[in-house]
Amino acid sequence: MSNRSTRTGLGRVLVFVYGLFALAATARALVQLATQASTAPVAYSLSLFSGIVYIVATWALATEHRRLALATIGVELTGVLVIGTLSHPSDIDRASVWSDYGNGYGFVPLVLPLVGLWWLWRLGRDSVVQPPRGRSSGG
Amino acid sequence: MTALQIVLSAVALVIAVWLVVLIVMDRQPGDVLYGALGVLEVGLVVQLVVGLVMVFGDHGGVNVAAYVGYLVGALAILPAAFLWSVGERTRAGTGVLLVAVVVVPVLCARLHQLWGAR
Repeated sequence: MSNRSTRTGLGRVLVFVYGLFALAATARALVQLATQASTAPVAYSLSLFSGIVYIVATWALATEHRRLALATIGVELTGVLVIGTLSHPSDIDRASVWSDYGNGYGFVPLVLPLVGLWWLWRLGRDSVVQPPRGRSSGG
Repeated sequence: MTALQIVLSAVALVIAVWLVVLIVMDRQPGDVLYGALGVLEVGLVVQLVVGLVMVFGDHGGVNVAAYVGYLVGALAILPAAFLWSVGERTRAGTGVLLVAVVVVPVLCARLHQLWGAR
């Protein structure tokens, strides 16, 4: 295995998925704001906020800024839980990626922060407890 | 879906299975696979052109910004995945390609959905 970093191994895949959601959420928000901003400014700003959270999380994971990654992924998890609970599934036009717990995106927005937090937790645990030689598989 | 979208999705899924095999066998993608990804990307460019012609023709009130957004966004996925995956020549790097390839049918389905929602 390569050295333990937020962007190698599973982290490499994770950064790419975060990048996809950064693109999807931000592009969605910009389209919403550009074409129908007056309809629901709060909902669309929230949409943009989620995009920014994904951008920062992508960058933090890709550049080994663990604390920032932890903070943004925490915000992301809070966001998807709160917005998921408050949103109305029928409100499709005003939706963000977090609406209805990310149902419109195969619930990936709900699973992604959990995987992200688990990944950071595992890296953190390894760097504290890990003996210098090779690691056993799994954990 | 249009014939092109069906073909693109099918090609993407074939490549996805191929990538799964590579990951399971812990083998690195070769030129043939990269060639297939190139073909898929060319198909996405064709889809962009066809899509733009449709959108600027009689589109009957489709959400043009979203539609064009998906068309253009689709072009970025494979090159980005390629660049990010070659940074780590392991199963994880191949996994990045797998994620990207699986996104293609999803984008095709979304385009179809947007067009159907006119």
